[in-house]
Amino acid sequence: MEKCVEVSGTTLVIKVPRELDHHSAEYLRGEADRILGEKSIRSIVFDFEKTSFMDSSGIGLIMGRYKNIRFTGGKVTAIRANEQIRRILTLSGMHKVIEIYEGEPEVLERGQRR
Amino acid sequence: MSSANEMKLEFDSRSCNEGFARVAVAAFMTQMNPTLEEVADVKTALSEAVTNSIVHGYEGEVQKIIVECRIEGKELRVTVIDKGCGIEDVAQAMEPMFTTKPDAERSGMGFVFMEAFMDEVRVESVPGKGTCVFMRKKVGQPADEFNQ
Repeated sequence: MEKCVEVSGTTLVIKVPRELDHHSAEYLRGEADRILGEKSIRSIVFDFEKTSFMDSSGIGLIMGRYKNIRFTGGKVTAIRANEQIRRILTLSGMHKVIEIYEGEPEVLERGQRR
Repeated sequence: MSSANEMKLEFDSRSCNEGFARVAVAAFMTQMNPTLEEVADVKTALSEAVTNSIVHGYEGEVQKIIVECRIEGKELRVTVIDKGCGIEDVAQAMEPMFTTKPDAERSGMGFVFMEAFMDEVRVESVPGKGTCVFMRKKVGQPADEFNQ
């Protein structure tokens, strides 16, 4: 499987696969938590560039990571989310607790692009 | 003359089959000339029902899940059937954010999404016997009335 998690400074970038369902969420959860346990992470970015499908298992994954990082004052961001993904995030109320961008915000670009 | 068209899938309750079930149902409904949004709606609702059967119905045990689809005119009916543990309190299970598995990071949004993306969702469940989720949705462009 293609590398789906990357660390840049204190930011963990999760490259969400084409379909984020119960099957892929289980795998991503393991990968993300391994890094969260090893490194000092202040923010988590979910990059939806390649993603065309997400269901409530994806919400569970994002919500779980949000709960983990919230205690240390960290934040969670979703970037490059298409209309379908933004619809699911909004319907589930996630837009109230995480920042959602249609594109890639400049702040992130400078810190993470290589 | 009835224009009804039916199909039935039976597959193992393995998480890798979730994507398969979504694609199969999406392919079946293309004859209804759906919009991209309608396909996305049905795929999400189906995914929720199938995931429920895997995670809750069979609790990870590998058994069979049946998905039946029927196209009747402009209506798509999707039924997801498992012979798993069933649901004690269906009304409670359908409440937003309710989940019996918070530790497994289940969001409790499954039925909410099914109801949001389909026109009607009905659940019949017998504890110890299994669960049947019926969903209905009007699909397709108005101009497509005579497409067979």
